[in-house]
Amino acid sequence: MKHIDGNERTKLSLYALSTCIWCKMTKKLLNDLGLGYDYVDMDNLDGEEKEKALEDLKRWNPKCSFPSLIINDEKCIVGYDEKKIKETIGL
Amino acid sequence: MNEHNQTDRKNIDDFFEKLSKETRLIGYYLNPDVEFTKALIGGLITNQKRYGYASCPCRLASGNKTEDLDIICPCDYRDQDIDEYGVCYCALYVSSAVFNGEKKAVSIPDRRMPAKERSAGNAQTHAGIISSLPYPIWRCKVCGYLCAREHPPEVCPICRAEKERFEIFV
Repeated sequence: MKHIDGNERTKLSLYALSTCIWCKMTKKLLNDLGLGYDYVDMDNLDGEEKEKALEDLKRWNPKCSFPSLIINDEKCIVGYDEKKIKETIGL
Repeated sequence: MNEHNQTDRKNIDDFFEKLSKETRLIGYYLNPDVEFTKALIGGLITNQKRYGYASCPCRLASGNKTEDLDIICPCDYRDQDIDEYGVCYCALYVSSAVFNGEKKAVSIPDRRMPAKERSAGNAQTHAGIISSLPYPIWRCKVCGYLCAREHPPEVCPICRAEKERFEIFV
């Protein structure tokens, strides 16, 4: 996963696709909120790396749909939902 | 779309113009947010280049065309999603209400089942085929168009989906 620097008050891991508009909007939201987060664009992975990332994501979201945002290793928000993301992070 | 160079932008603009015209002619609507729509078209062009087919920019393709036929844009789920949510999964296509600004386009859940469940569903569909008709009836999986003939048409006359998107219906 790549890391984007910012406020690290919440641990955020984003499973995304480079081509997905809703993933882009999620990244933009996190950037605009000044939050630090890890992200991976799954469509840019290959072979074992891709399989491993899919296995990790499956535990949170069995459908492996995008974006999937894991918050504090506790909760997964699937899809772009600005209100829910802000509420869950406590903003 | 800062990540695209000039050639990419020209390709995106050309694709957008072509798709806008075709879509209106056959009774579908593209998302009226042009920047949003062009970003998705950029994703379709990327997928066309790397996989050889324009699969949904918001879904992870396997790289195997046969496995991904259902998510080649327009996907098999578009019409149902437009009926239920006013948008398809990525929101490239929208209902007339969203097009006219009466309803907002939002991110929706994915209707596509995981691979194992998809193949089980296909087996069931073909279990009860009746073969006593003079012609088989082919169904376009994208828009539901039916036709009775030996083989499906090269291109669906309703939604422009290609021949491989047809299934035997009866």
